Amino acid sequence: MTADPSMQGDRLGAGADSGADTGIGLSSRARDGVGASPRRPDGTLKAAGEFAFSSDMWMEDMLWGMTLRSPHPHARIRSVDVSAALAVPGVHAVLTHEDVPGEKHYGLETRDQPVLAFGKVRYKGEPVAIAAADHPETARRALERVQVDYEVLEPVADARRAAFDPDCPPVHEQRVGSHPEHGTAANIVRHQPVRTGAFAGGAEVAELRGQAAAVVTGEYEVGMQDQAFLGPESGLAVPAPDGGVDLYIATQWLHVDQNQIAPCLGLDQDRVRMTLAGVGGAFGAREDLSMQIHACMLALRTGRPVKFVYNREESFFGHVHRHPATMRFEHGADAEGRLLYAVLEIVLDGGAYASTTGAVVGVASSLGAGPYEIPHVSIDAYGVYTTNPPCGAMRGFGAVQACFGYESQMDRLAAELDLHPVELRMRNAVGQGSRIATGQRIDMPLPMAEMLERARAMPLPAGRGELEGPADPRTLPGGVAGTSRGEGVVRGIGYGVGLKNLCFSETFDDYSTARVRLEVVGGEPAVLVHTAAAEVGQGLVTLQAQIARTELGVDRATIHPADTSVGSAGSSSASRQSYVTGGAVKSACEAVRARLFALARERGLVEPDHPEDGLALEGGTVVSARHGVLAPLADVLGEAAVEETRVFRHRPTRMLDPTTGQGDSHVQFGMCVHRAVVDVDVELGLVKVVALDAVQDVGRAMHPQQLLGQIQGGSAQGLGLALMEEVQVADSVIRNPSFTDYLIPTVLDTPPMRIEVLEHADPHAPYGLRGAGEPPTLSSTPAIVAAVRDATGRGLTHAPVRPEDIVGIGL
Amino acid sequence: MEFLSPSTFEDALSAKSSAPEAVPIMGGTDVMVELNFDRRRPGALLDLSRVRELAQWGPEGPYLRLGAGVPYTEIVERLAARAPALARAARTVASPQIRNRGSVGGNLGTASPAGDCHPPLVAQGALVELASVRGVRRVPARAFYLGPGRSAREDDELVSAVLLPAPAGPQQFSKIGTRNAMVIAVASFSLVLDAATRTAGTGIGSAGPRPLRSPQAEEFLAAEFDWQGGAEPSQAAARHFAELVAAAAEPIGDVRGSASYRRHALSVMARRAWYWCAEDYRKGAR
Ligand SMILES: Cc1cc2nc3c(=O)[nH]c(=O)nc-3n(C[C@H](O)[C@H](O)[C@H](O)COP(=O)(O)OP(=O)(O)OC[C@H]3O[C@@H](n4cnc5c(N)ncnc54)[C@H](O)[C@@H]3O)c2cc1C
Repeated sequence: MTADPSMQGDRLGAGADSGADTGIGLSSRARDGVGASPRRPDGTLKAAGEFAFSSDMWMEDMLWGMTLRSPHPHARIRSVDVSAALAVPGVHAVLTHEDVPGEKHYGLETRDQPVLAFGKVRYKGEPVAIAAADHPETARRALERVQVDYEVLEPVADARRAAFDPDCPPVHEQRVGSHPEHGTAANIVRHQPVRTGAFAGGAEVAELRGQAAAVVTGEYEVGMQDQAFLGPESGLAVPAPDGGVDLYIATQWLHVDQNQIAPCLGLDQDRVRMTLAGVGGAFGAREDLSMQIHACMLALRTGRPVKFVYNREESFFGHVHRHPATMRFEHGADAEGRLLYAVLEIVLDGGAYASTTGAVVGVASSLGAGPYEIPHVSIDAYGVYTTNPPCGAMRGFGAVQACFGYESQMDRLAAELDLHPVELRMRNAVGQGSRIATGQRIDMPLPMAEMLERARAMPLPAGRGELEGPADPRTLPGGVAGTSRGEGVVRGIGYGVGLKNLCFSETFDDYSTARVRLEVVGGEPAVLVHTAAAEVGQGLVTLQAQIARTELGVDRATIHPADTSVGSAGSSSASRQSYVTGGAVKSACEAVRARLFALARERGLVEPDHPEDGLALEGGTVVSARHGVLAPLADVLGEAAVEETRVFRHRPTRMLDPTTGQGDSHVQFGMCVHRAVVDVDVELGLVKVVALDAVQDVGRAMHPQQLLGQIQGGSAQGLGLALMEEVQVADSVIRNPSFTDYLIPTVLDTPPMRIEVLEHADPHAPYGLRGAGEPPTLSSTPAIVAAVRDATGRGLTHAPVRPEDIVGIGL
Repeated sequence: MEFLSPSTFEDALSAKSSAPEAVPIMGGTDVMVELNFDRRRPGALLDLSRVRELAQWGPEGPYLRLGAGVPYTEIVERLAARAPALARAARTVASPQIRNRGSVGGNLGTASPAGDCHPPLVAQGALVELASVRGVRRVPARAFYLGPGRSAREDDELVSAVLLPAPAGPQQFSKIGTRNAMVIAVASFSLVLDAATRTAGTGIGSAGPRPLRSPQAEEFLAAEFDWQGGAEPSQAAARHFAELVAAAAEPIGDVRGSASYRRHALSVMARRAWYWCAEDYRKGAR
């Protein structure tokens, strides 16, 4: 499948004709089933501006919640006095850590984050007190009157110091790590080494260096990226008569929220009922809790519904960001460009609380060497505590940072050896059967060399000389600001490849649950799919219905609102929902199908001895391979409803060995290859990305149109990291918490994308599919930076590249 | 909060005079941001969007009189020939939605050093018309700006219009931003030539506490420019001009860019602007 700008090309891949493996395969022809591109059920509402996002919720008697945040990155709290705030008319409650009914800490991996700060604040913007009032302005004014006595402490702002300086003051007086094998140093959340080849035997790098014909070393930095979802944190907590609470919330994973909220409220899990509210984007930023517990505390205290909505500035403090990274990489190769060794040090700044830093280190270390065959690898990845803003999940999750490092190194090595960057990559490419640095064998198709060749062979965009309107400023770096009419503009081309693990890794019990109900509604068979999976914009609601149609041969498929009255679906992250919740819906459908066949036999509509594998559901009927249509589903079902709930698990994974980093830690691998073409104004340091073309293997294109949307969006988010997106932090203080100064790409920054989709099925996965949302975010950043290097000849070791870097002026 | 909504300019002036602390609101693209961020809690808003006079433009003697409330979109679409530099600047402001509402009067009211209208107004020697119940006065744009957010406008005055001399030569405007649309200027520059008087005007934006100009660069260019044929400048002349412009800037470093980059970018924009002026001059812009 090829798309944009020409939509031409052939449909590729082993998976293309395999159909859904539903017995005899007939039902794969269901209308709007798997492989088709039906409209999203929420599409029209969203396009028309009528979709209710979480911030749109309203109840007549609700109160507004507001948060008082620490003005200091690091300070001891001597006292908090809320009495003046409580005296403000219209204020119903002002709460501090003393009012937290249960556990005082929460956290995704490690419960180290206070619901409300006590003892110390560890980042600027940390919640200290909350208020509920009949108007948001009243709540805000009340919080201004809260007296907090701080003793300001020196911030721990430097991640390298936190990692390596034993005299660095600890951010946490007491470590609460759940994995002592990941390190015991005060500020290290996790240190994960990987050693292979000679390094496993304790060899020094000098020995290998001597054997290499070419050695390249580099220090790279990736800035802190914000997920920049458009719908800020918001939710509505409604107290319930049973003493519990109903929470309507935009999140990525209802049950993991519930697991953290209930203990802090001192309530049983089933007293905290959650329903997904309209989610305005996520990208990892909704994995951690923000206002969930606060809203519930205020609702339980006041007996009134409480709504929170962060504004954009507050949102920058309300969620975790992508870990900034500093990386020191050394690669050695023989004269033909075959990699001999890699020594990699990756330091990831986790900020004040652990969040998912441990898992991010697990990804950065296991994939640090990238999709390359390297006999001798030594990796040390560190995730550390500082007093910087907490960092956690963002699309690409540790693999993005590493990819910028290793791809930059591949380009250096190619230059050193005078090889084309694609040629060098092909000589070292992994494929099916290769082992990555953790020793894990890639046991699914991964045609990296072919993908690289395809990327190189794609037609190049017209040169500036061939443009119809070369003076149209929209085609030039600087855009409509008119800084160039072509002066100083140099074109460059660059490539990037990324390897991403898909689904949760390292022993995580990463299951999903689906409940599927089939019954006759208005004379027609209709299926209702119920999961707790979060639709965050990616189109999972469309996909669940497609699977139900394909598996049950029914046109009408409806998705029940996601809530906690059904089992956990796991997180909408790690590119995993098509795989895991898709798999759960598929197995629940299969169970429903089996019961239908049994019902059909009971009712005499199918011969008792008719073999089950010769039966299928299609077009609302039971069909037999031998006899054609046997009976309409309406006859089989009658008044009955058939409902089945199934849990789906992918294959198990293992922890990385804490000293050697060996272990089959991942479920599945995804890959995207990018080729970027840029025009750079080399005098002003401004960049126009002219083309950003991609080749990605997705195993199976479940919904081709949504898939392209994922690849385009992931590529654009990578473009942002390459050229403009950075939360600038100085002395632990964010300097640009607004969309005025935290820039994300506009449509004028986003080029046409030619996308080739390959479909080599993964035999382990439902439908052979591979998660698709993250891989493009890895490869697009290094491809663009490589293209800018190609145009300018500059080293460019910092992502995002700043105009200052391009023109060579110090910051 | 009081909301005053006069429908004539006269009523607006008396409202401003009796409530000088009332904050005028035209397109609201600055005011509403300030209110939302709680940077400002005015006791009264003076809505100017219903005042017809402010939305009008037309010739007045040697000038184009541009009402303070004319939105950017209209300037881009209709005034590109009558006000080339300002129309270019208007095109670089924000996004279509903001350009449909934002105005030159609002830009002058905010008087941010990064405002895009200022360099063209300074470069072409425009006049800012200020009105109050006390009367009307016209202040040269070059004397209007006093510092970040501060201007020559008195509390009881409104900006009624700007007066732009009819173009008598090429005009340029360019602006640096780290993305290709919808960005606040890191630095901006305008160059305006007057073939009749053989003079040049410069305007420097976002590189000092207020919009600046470089009289030395202007004099140098006026003396060196080929007023006969519009020949390209020598490299040395263009470079010297660029250096003079950069030297006139008083940039700071901030999240949007470093001080040295701002200076550097100004020199590049200044150099290019001369070449473009010469090119346009050869094509008949005189
Ligand atoms: C998303 C966004 C992007 C932006 N991008 C840019 C940009 O690229 N470049 C740029 O220069 N600006 C930009 N701005 C700022 C703003 O759009 C401009 O300054 C615009 O010119 C303001 O015009 P307005 O009519 O909306 O002013 P308002 O917001 O109505 O008023 C602005 C100020 O001027 C005062 N005022 C308004 N009219 C008068 C008057 N007649 N007399 C006296 N005082 C008056 C007001 O009291 C207020 O202090 C942006 C704003 C936003 C929200």
